[in-house]
Amino acid sequence: MMEDFNSETDSDYTSYWRDWFISSRGNEYFCEIDEEYLTDRFNLTGLNTEVPYYQYALDLVTDVFDLDADDDLREQIEKSARHLYGLVHARYIVTTRGLAKMVEKWKKNDFGKCPRVMCDGNPLLPTGQHDLPNMSTVRLYCSRCEDIYNPKSSRHASIDGAYFGSSFTSMLFQVYPALLPEKSTRRYEPRIYGFRVHASAALARWQDRYREETRARLRDAGVEVKYVEDDEDEELEDEEDEEEPGIDTAQARVEGDAASSRMDLGR
Amino acid sequence: MSSSEGAPESWISSFCSLMGHEFFAEVSEDFIEDDFNLTGLQSQVPMYKEALEMILDVEPEEDEDEEEEEEEEEDEDELLGDERPPGYRRERRHARVASDLSVIESSAELLYGLIHQRYITSRPGIQQMLEKYEMQHFGVCPRVYCHGCKVLPVGRSDTPGQETVKMFCPSCQDLYTPPNSRFHSVDGAFFGTTFGCLFFMTFPDLDINPRFDASLNTLSPTRSASFPSTATATTTASTVTNNQPSSSTPRPAYPTELNGVRTVNFCPGLGEGKMFEPRIYGFRVSDRSRSGPRMKWLRMKPTDIIELDEMAFYKALNSYDNDGDAEMGGDNAQGADSAIARRKKAPMRRRRYNPDQMSVNGVDG
Repeated sequence: MMEDFNSETDSDYTSYWRDWFISSRGNEYFCEIDEEYLTDRFNLTGLNTEVPYYQYALDLVTDVFDLDADDDLREQIEKSARHLYGLVHARYIVTTRGLAKMVEKWKKNDFGKCPRVMCDGNPLLPTGQHDLPNMSTVRLYCSRCEDIYNPKSSRHASIDGAYFGSSFTSMLFQVYPALLPEKSTRRYEPRIYGFRVHASAALARWQDRYREETRARLRDAGVEVKYVEDDEDEELEDEEDEEEPGIDTAQARVEGDAASSRMDLGR
Repeated sequence: MSSSEGAPESWISSFCSLMGHEFFAEVSEDFIEDDFNLTGLQSQVPMYKEALEMILDVEPEEDEDEEEEEEEEEDEDELLGDERPPGYRRERRHARVASDLSVIESSAELLYGLIHQRYITSRPGIQQMLEKYEMQHFGVCPRVYCHGCKVLPVGRSDTPGQETVKMFCPSCQDLYTPPNSRFHSVDGAFFGTTFGCLFFMTFPDLDINPRFDASLNTLSPTRSASFPSTATATTTASTVTNNQPSSSTPRPAYPTELNGVRTVNFCPGLGEGKMFEPRIYGFRVSDRSRSGPRMKWLRMKPTDIIELDEMAFYKALNSYDNDGDAEMGGDNAQGADSAIARRKKAPMRRRRYNPDQMSVNGVDG
């Protein structure tokens, strides 16, 4: 998993290991952990059992490593250091400072954009599905559709999800609710020759009903749920059509007509 | 114009092998030569005739052109020794030809795209796309809970020049941007709005359920197994999959087909247990929270698929038979089956003209 960036930095590992780690290819999702956070033993509680060569690894991460080890051992320690950094990272990014750093990265689009067409390239956030290492790889959370996606690049697809943890994204929006994007009720409607497909449309109607029920329930509880489309129009169905370019439906209509006239000819 | 001449490759196959054109099927020449299939395209494509000739690699005018050119070259050769202007003239002429050529080339691409849109909804075309689909030429869904379901290229518009190609995932019925930027310049109209759904209705038995691809889940065979237990009380799913068997075994009365789609193939990536649940330190975030979940509906599916049988509900409401409505799944299933059968019979007499379309209408109602 981590063999791709081996210890080619033997010469300068003593200077700012974290800088090197952050800037190496494939580690774009990580932010830099503060020195103070790393040196506070309380923040590292329990990690000594999780990480082999814990003390050496910690020394390496905090740039005080001065053991004259052979290549094999150094490689082991290097690996442990990355693992340790990842696990501390998961803890760090739910702290106030860590959140602020990740928000900065998020605003710079460091984690990519949502692949879902209706999300219009909403910036993503890294997340894990588990807090224990070696369970699942990192996922990307879109705050617009509230779903998780696999990173598109394979060099990110091998990062352990536990290095970000399952709490981070939710924590971020608890702390910064103002950063939540507006939610939209827009959806893709599968069509054949301009006609909506029944199976999908039936599900869409059911989902819309579910949404409105949830909304009514939350309204009773004193929580108002807003979607972008609420201001524009009450009728969700019509709106869908409006948002698509007018030519689209016109074109579909033309094709439909063409098809039926073709049949008449055949007869 | 002679770039493809003499080469063993036809224009079509060289077009399809271009970088970024991996999604295209090779339209058969028979299909293009049938004028009926090109109805209406003449008005949409500039230099239609030349473009069509280019696509089909017929270049009747080329010989004349070449002769003309040769003659002129001879003329110019005579003059060339004396003065330069003719040289300039010649360059200009070549530039014009080149620009013409690029116009024709782009027209040919447009025309090919529009023919392609029609071709992939035809019987041989959709078959060809099936082969490409099964070989995973179009990639997989980026959504985690779709577990690498294979996607199809579709357009959001049938008019060229509006939007680029998107990927349609049958598992979550949503659209995604292709991950590779080389596809961000491919016109979506070249695949069309119809293709995505028509494809899955043409091949209703195609298994779109997630296959646990080792290449995708690099870290974990454990991941898929451990996931359901964390999400909800799906105790049955301690085995690797939570798709087909677990959803169909507890309910023998399940209809095999509903709304024209096999129930096992209907959005297997959606529903309870296949949605992301935001958590903080293991506790779910309440939807009463200001930043609580608001989009659950988007990935929801009724646990009991019968709820989507609107026909049965409609019947129960306006009922000539009030006895077997919502409680009993079996009755509903029968009702649904017979309704589907009835709808299938209806367009039978017209079916021979255009089988693909008619079967769609038959299923679609």
